Amino acid sequence: MRPSEFFAEKIITGVAFLSIAIIILIFLFVFRETLPIFSGKAVKKTEVTSVKQETSGAAATYQNENKQEVYGGSEPEVQAAKQEVYGATSNSEDTLVSGEAGVSSYKEDESGEGNRVTVKGLAGKVWMPVSDNPRYGLLPLIVGTFKITIIAILFAAPLAILAALFSAAFAPRWMREFIKPAIEILAGFPSVVIGFFALIVMATFFQHLFGYETRLNAFVGGVAMALAAIPIIFTVTEDVMTAVPSTYKEASLALGASKWQTAFFVTLPAAAPGIFAAVLLGIGRIFGETMIVLMATGNAALISMNPFDSVRTLSATIGAEMAEVVFGDTHYSVLFLIGTLLFVFTFALNATAEFYVKGRLMTRLQGKT
Amino acid sequence: MKKIQKLTGGVMMGATGLSVVIIIAVIVIMLIVIIIGGKDTLSWKFLTSFPQDGMTKGGIFPALYGTALMVIIMSVAAVPFGAITALYLTEYARESSWIAKTVQFAVRTLSMVPSIIFGLFGLGFFIKFVGGGMDKIFSGGKLIWAQPNILWASLTMALLTLPVVIVSVEESIKAVPRDLRDASLALGATKWQTIRKVVLPGARSGILTGTILAISRGAGEVAPILFTGAAYYLATLPHSLSDQFMSLGYHIYIMSTQSVNVDQTLPIQFATTLVLLLLTFTLNFVAVLIRSRLRRAH
Repeated sequence: MRPSEFFAEKIITGVAFLSIAIIILIFLFVFRETLPIFSGKAVKKTEVTSVKQETSGAAATYQNENKQEVYGGSEPEVQAAKQEVYGATSNSEDTLVSGEAGVSSYKEDESGEGNRVTVKGLAGKVWMPVSDNPRYGLLPLIVGTFKITIIAILFAAPLAILAALFSAAFAPRWMREFIKPAIEILAGFPSVVIGFFALIVMATFFQHLFGYETRLNAFVGGVAMALAAIPIIFTVTEDVMTAVPSTYKEASLALGASKWQTAFFVTLPAAAPGIFAAVLLGIGRIFGETMIVLMATGNAALISMNPFDSVRTLSATIGAEMAEVVFGDTHYSVLFLIGTLLFVFTFALNATAEFYVKGRLMTRLQGKT
Repeated sequence: MKKIQKLTGGVMMGATGLSVVIIIAVIVIMLIVIIIGGKDTLSWKFLTSFPQDGMTKGGIFPALYGTALMVIIMSVAAVPFGAITALYLTEYARESSWIAKTVQFAVRTLSMVPSIIFGLFGLGFFIKFVGGGMDKIFSGGKLIWAQPNILWASLTMALLTLPVVIVSVEESIKAVPRDLRDASLALGATKWQTIRKVVLPGARSGILTGTILAISRGAGEVAPILFTGAAYYLATLPHSLSDQFMSLGYHIYIMSTQSVNVDQTLPIQFATTLVLLLLTFTLNFVAVLIRSRLRRAH
């Protein structure tokens, strides 16, 4: 009897740790695939022999500092380096390369970029991974992501918060029981369906309405993303608003404030930290959403402030390009780097939302401020 | 003064009401457009036949079959782990302990991780690391597991849906009355016996709801399977775990963005979207029904 108790407890505890392990593993493995960027192509050649591993590895680190200054040199040089790089990526040619590994790694480092991407390269303004002279500038993607996020949140946050206020403060009980599940239906829409609707219906509709040129653009994508963010923001905000103690409202009403004054000047401020958290969660959702942007934004990596231009976001870039890259290629690693960025950012957002709500809101609503 | 106040109040209340109306109107319009666009193409034959003529005609049977197979494998992986984690959180962990808090935080984080990241993880971990390792050990370097297939796609999806299962089961375990547990323990049953004979049967509907919600979520997600197993077009159904598969969501995505003639296949796209929507809504509806029955029972 005793052993079974013991094992049951241990097994159950062990399995529970799995979710922690998964989070750590996700970070480790997504990050692991980005490592070749930082260590350069020398790492690939080191797989050939153990002796060379050290020499070429050392060569790479030795050259690290020099390289950043060299970077930005003339294009022909970079291209020459690139051809060698492609030879080295496929495993079958490892044996061929191994003979001259030591020499060639020196050469490349002198000639400029090689397979390495510098911080400067990643901060570039051009995202052109598939070309004779690939550029991995993340700037247009980051700008695109923020553009979409801002447009989406500008639509989603006011709508969702006002709707939550209506549901929590004004709507009679029967209406509330209808509104809440009705809006939460939106959460049940698979994102590919929202993307499809935006691509086929909304894009055409908005084009007729505003008469802009590019049919698929940041605006269409942003509005579609708002649809994905609304249910999250609504649900969290509504929950927080109903959690505001009724004594607050009663006190306000007793002082002669009207119903709408109580709602806007008492309930809304009291729930502010929760609303803030809700918006953060909404941003997290928008930031990581892939299918909608992939389908509805046109996917052109431009830097522009015009909401009616096409954009390409970080997540859409992964979704669109990962299927076509060579495993272990620089392009592949850069896509994983984008993934790491997305993961770290959403993790930070989630942690902030969580601790902010737990800390601030709870103490405030329990009257400890 | 009074009048102005009343007017502002009216406007502000009106704005909140209008927001609700706008949101619900958008939902209704979306539903109506998709239903109208898809209802003429949707038929039994559409559901049970293969795509034809370079996917410009015919049905979606392989996509339905692939989705079904994937969610089954996914549930087999996600439900036991999810249920056990929920058991730990409700029965074994003390709520204030940092371990329980960390597990809870991990579960919430997992539910916030962008779905495309799961896809990357599936590629980096399942395909390259696990699959690559299996090929090295079992088949001497021959490429079998180190490539996208239905197993890796399903396991990736299982990670994504794990939090759904955990939250749902946790809720239902908490709904099992304290008295029942106390009675069982008072009669001399051990903790594990109590869990097995009292708590788990009481939480059965919660496990069922969790499974259904996970399936509904998994059937609709596309990003995690983009490069872990979904295929553009397959002439045959997948018959082993190392085969690729077609999925409904992925089918919608490629038909509407990469198909030969997007306009010509529009009815097929609408009908496929309608099928996916009907599938997820039906599942969600069933889950809500079970849950409300559970609430009434206690």
